[in-house]
Amino acid sequence: MSIIPEAVLFFIFAGLALAAALGVVLMRNPVHSALSLVSVLISIAVLFVIQNAQLLAAVQVIVYAGAIVVLFLFVIMLLGVDRSETLSDPVRGQRPAAILLGLVTAAGLIALGWNHWATGALSSRGVLAPARSTNIKAVAESLFTSFLWPFEMTAVLLVIAVIGGVVLARRSHLPADVELRDLEEQDQ
Amino acid sequence: MSGAGVIASFGVTPTYYLVFAAILFSIGAVGLLVRRNVLVMFMCVELMLNAVNVTFVAFSRALNDVSGQAIVFFVLVVAAAEVAVGLAIIVAIYRRRRNGATADDIDLLQG
Repeated sequence: MSIIPEAVLFFIFAGLALAAALGVVLMRNPVHSALSLVSVLISIAVLFVIQNAQLLAAVQVIVYAGAIVVLFLFVIMLLGVDRSETLSDPVRGQRPAAILLGLVTAAGLIALGWNHWATGALSSRGVLAPARSTNIKAVAESLFTSFLWPFEMTAVLLVIAVIGGVVLARRSHLPADVELRDLEEQDQ
Repeated sequence: MSGAGVIASFGVTPTYYLVFAAILFSIGAVGLLVRRNVLVMFMCVELMLNAVNVTFVAFSRALNDVSGQAIVFFVLVVAAAEVAVGLAIIVAIYRRRRNGATADDIDLLQG
């Protein structure tokens, strides 16, 4: 089995992810943006694998690239919004200000990461790879012991999201809403 | 770890991942501010969330602590819930404004 240097994989996939991230921002067509987003997510999954976070890499591909991006594409197709957007600036000078702000943010975050100011102390939650244990087992033990309460709360959050999505997206048949809709359709 | 021998870490420190995540986060933030299409703005939010996930995993390995990877799970769940509700709001707004909607049309939420 040949040994692959981590640096090679890191630079290939980090570069790919950054290029695709620029694609998400710069592509005119939302469908192209969504496809660039898939490239970013899969590149990040590879970065998870080379950091020995195999479980998260699998979840990243299944949940993000599989479910979330498909949801984006579904909404794009449903609404037919795959036309280019207006280039007019609603707020004067917003774009230059945004790019300047982004550069400042990047400089600040890189300075933080570079200088190791942000390193924390070891917590007592458990080590990453105890002897004779896999990544899946370590993460699962943590989720079902230390993080059990937040884990249960995510179930509540997902139920709220499902209910919210149904309530927001359905067409209401309440008399007041039907009346409002009729008035708006007359206006258009 | 069975996979540990295949990929040898020749001088790649967590700093590399932190700098990568910083650049990715900034690209997402600029995209969120620059684009007017609500769907693309949502994708930029996903970019920022992913940058944070990369940071969590890098620190998780650097500090040999499993909490970082557990928290990425919760970030994933919150992202999924956010996308579900957010896209429902976008569908509702597009239903009202048939001829194209931008981020400015979200003031419809005022009622």
